[in-house]
Amino acid sequence: MAKRSAPEVNAGSMADIAFLLLIFFLVTTTIEKDKGLLRSLPPIDDTEVEPPIIKQKNLFTVLINRNNQLLVEDEQMELKDLRKAAIEFLDNAGGTNPAGESCTYCKGLRLSSSSDHPEKAIISMKHDRETTYEKYMDVQNELVAAYNFLREREATRLYKKFYPDAEKVFTAMLEEKEKNQFSKDETLNERIETVKKLFPMKLSEAEPDKN
Amino acid sequence: MSKFKNKTKGDMPAISTASLPDIVFMLLFFFMVATVMRDSSLMIENRLPSADQVEKLKKDRTTFIYAGKPSSQYKQFGDEPRIQFNDAFIGLEDVKPSVLQAIAEINEELQSKVVVGLKIDKNVNAGLVSDIKQELRKANALKVMYIANTKTEQ
Repeated sequence: MAKRSAPEVNAGSMADIAFLLLIFFLVTTTIEKDKGLLRSLPPIDDTEVEPPIIKQKNLFTVLINRNNQLLVEDEQMELKDLRKAAIEFLDNAGGTNPAGESCTYCKGLRLSSSSDHPEKAIISMKHDRETTYEKYMDVQNELVAAYNFLREREATRLYKKFYPDAEKVFTAMLEEKEKNQFSKDETLNERIETVKKLFPMKLSEAEPDKN
Repeated sequence: MSKFKNKTKGDMPAISTASLPDIVFMLLFFFMVATVMRDSSLMIENRLPSADQVEKLKKDRTTFIYAGKPSSQYKQFGDEPRIQFNDAFIGLEDVKPSVLQAIAEINEELQSKVVVGLKIDKNVNAGLVSDIKQELRKANALKVMYIANTKTEQ
């Protein structure tokens, strides 16, 4: 008796089917990577401790009104000048830090009317309830940019020798940390902390008035 | 008479397409794995503000809150900016329980590092944003990220 062999399945259309699926997934895929400004909120503090008195000269106030106008240190200012003003304030170093040391790395004008030390300098921002979120983000962005500029400068001064090719040393350090997130590099973390400590981010936000 | 065909005058041999399905499947699997189906459809207008000092967000420890005006097919919800969480509009007082629930669903070892992503339309009043932040403080979710589009530095 003749043995009946099973007819071979034609696999020629396999590629077509696979292509169809491939194109479907290609179209539906969105490889999105969200980016944004990372901030920490202050925890709710119920204790009735008298807040420490902060000297007016160590406080850099930024107000945004409902018409999206900026009032910086009681003077009206355009958004494009804010970054420079914030850098000058943070970098001023007119006095000493709480430990009594003066800021050796600051390159500011050392005015007695502006901040004493980066460790003491606080930026305080307040907005109206009707300020738009876009303006609010613009201002946040400029203030973060001021800190990043100064940290970048210090990182370049201290660690340029480890990153001779990098244009932005601090960014390069953070990227390296990101890359090696599963193998902790103590010296790198320490260096990042050192730079952050030179210009600690003290950005406080006041609650908008209820009206 | 030769037993073998004279090969020298033959045409170019056809390229074998037998491995084509394999290659396509490989690509297919890549995209299947990389695809994330959107699990919440936006019911609001969501044009993000732009910023240039941005950091990357780690997806595995994030929960998102959206806010903006209801988009055109949800006009019945009015013109005022609303807060959206997952698939529904929520009131301000629901922010805290919703966030706490979302945090509870996240991988345990990441729970202390939770970041709340705020995807907020640029025309929303900042007052609403500070209300949301106040609720987040009450929920003790203190790390927030204001999601923004990347603006190229000028």
